[in-house]
Formats: sequence, structure tokens, C-alpha cells
Amino acid sequence: MIQLLLVFAAAIFGIGVYGALSQQSFVMIMMGLELMLNSAVLVVITFWWGTTGGNPAGQLLVIVVLAVMAIEAAMGFALVTAVYRSRKADITEKLKKLRS
Amino acid sequence: MNPGALSYVLVSVFGVGAVVSGWLVFRTDSMLRAAYWLMVSFVAVGAMLVVLDAQFLGLILILMMSGEMTIMAIFMIMFMMNPAGLNPMVMVHQNRTAIAAGVGSFLVLAWVGLVAEFPDRPAPIDDPTAELGEELLGRSMLVFESAGVALLAVMIGAIALAAKRGRFGDADAGSVEPAIDIESSVDPAVEAVADADHADDADDHGAGHGMGHGT
Repeated sequence: MIQLLLVFAAAIFGIGVYGALSQQSFVMIMMGLELMLNSAVLVVITFWWGTTGGNPAGQLLVIVVLAVMAIEAAMGFALVTAVYRSRKADITEKLKKLRS
Repeated sequence: MNPGALSYVLVSVFGVGAVVSGWLVFRTDSMLRAAYWLMVSFVAVGAMLVVLDAQFLGLILILMMSGEMTIMAIFMIMFMMNPAGLNPMVMVHQNRTAIAAGVGSFLVLAWVGLVAEFPDRPAPIDDPTAELGEELLGRSMLVFESAGVALLAVMIGAIALAAKRGRFGDADAGSVEPAIDIESSVDPAVEAVADADHADDADDHGAGHGMGHGT
């Protein structure tokens, strides 16, 4: 069972890596990052369920990952808004330089 | 706890659903639908967590991600082209490198998961939610509180980043560092704001000197 779960998590992580590296849109890049964190949640719960004897610190780690997901989404949306306001850019190709 | 056949079936179904919907995120023409496919992937993983006796975390994941993906869908409509998927859309770069990186990371991680030997200490079924609550409000309260403080800091930072009016004028006018000579390098909108600030400073200095002479 643990192996099956880890293979699923690896597949989700691989898709997230593909999305984060291949997409041009900022929001689609964020989706790739979210998929990678989704995979991390699954891996943590898999190890908590199968290898730690039910140590609640494993569940606590998922709470931390969920907080990271919320932080990533909030800062990502704020950055997208700021970049669009200052550069009218919504894809990475419009940001060749850090300074305009 | 030894998983029964039903657990295997449910985990397999939800796992395939999570992977397929995750893949569809980057295959659909509509960015709006992409957000909802991502939500389906999160819901499938949340269901897997429920099957693995982490009911509280599974439901939290589903509720949280449903809200987040709805917000993401709103951002899609606000900022992005082609939110409804009415036209074919391929917005990718370095596609072959990305495919190689994704497939490579999958193969490496799956190989580690299949080959490595992990301890066999399954979680008891007692009451994982109660144990998590005692952990959060007991030994690991500092971790829990730190996550809350981090979220508060992010709220403040997100508002500061997304605000239309910044320290150096409107966000529409572009950002200008303090070290740059404002008069020679920026457009008239920012220049007007800078002139107003200089005038205010001059008034303040003048008032300060006046007070100094008076006393």
C-alpha cells in the first residue's frame, strides 16, 4: 500500500514539475507549485499512516504544509497583481528584465 | 492497521483520479477549467487522506482548496486571456526540458518509493483527530502559533504588494528606487508625485527653521 501511494505522489509531483517549468502564465506556474505541495501532503500522510505508529507530529507536518500552500497562494496572487499593475505583464515572457 | 481490499480499491481510484485531473490542468484550453481540474486533484488527494484515517486533514484540505481554487478562478477571469477556453491555447516554453524534468523526477521518486525499505509501524485507528488536537494545543503549540503568525505576516505583505498606491506613487506609473534621480528618468505622472513630495519636504524644513529662529 505504501509503495502504491508513493507512486501516485511521485506522479503528481512530476506533473507539478512539468507545469511549473513549462507554463508561461504566472497563475499556471502557481498551479504547478500547488500540485507539488499536494504531492508532499500525500507523502507525509502516507508515512504517518504506515511508518510512524500514528505519531501525531506527522499530522502536524501536514498542517505546516497547508500553511505553506496558503502562503504561496496569497503571495503569488499579490505578486501577479503588482506585476500586472506596473508592467501590464501576465506571462513570464514579458518580464525579460527585473528593471524596466 | 492492515488495509483491506476496499482501502486498496478506494486509494487506487482516488489516486488515478488525482493524477489524471492533475494532468488535465495543463492540457485544457481554458484556464478557468484548469483551476477546477486542480481542485478535483486536491479533492481526490483529500479523499485518499480520509481513507488513510486522517479524516480531519482530508476534509480541511478539501475545504481549503475548494476556496482557494475559486479565488484562483476569479484571478483567471480578471487577468488572463482565454479564460473560457473558446480558442485553442498553448502557452508553454521549454516544453521538452519540462517534460524531461517531470518524467525524470517521477521516475526517480517512484523508484525510491518502490525500492527503499520503510519501517512497518502502521497507525492505530483510535482517534487521530483527537491526537492531532492534543498535539496542536500541547507539545507543538509553538509550531502551530508560528504558522498563524506567518499567515498574518503574509496577509500584511500581500496587501502591501497588491495595493494600487505605493511609496513612490501609483503602481500604474511604475516603481522607482529612492536612489534614482527622479526628475531625469521617469514619466510625468511619477514626476508630479515626486515634485509634490519635494514641496512638502521644503515646507516642513521651512517651518522647522522658522520655529528654530523663533526660539
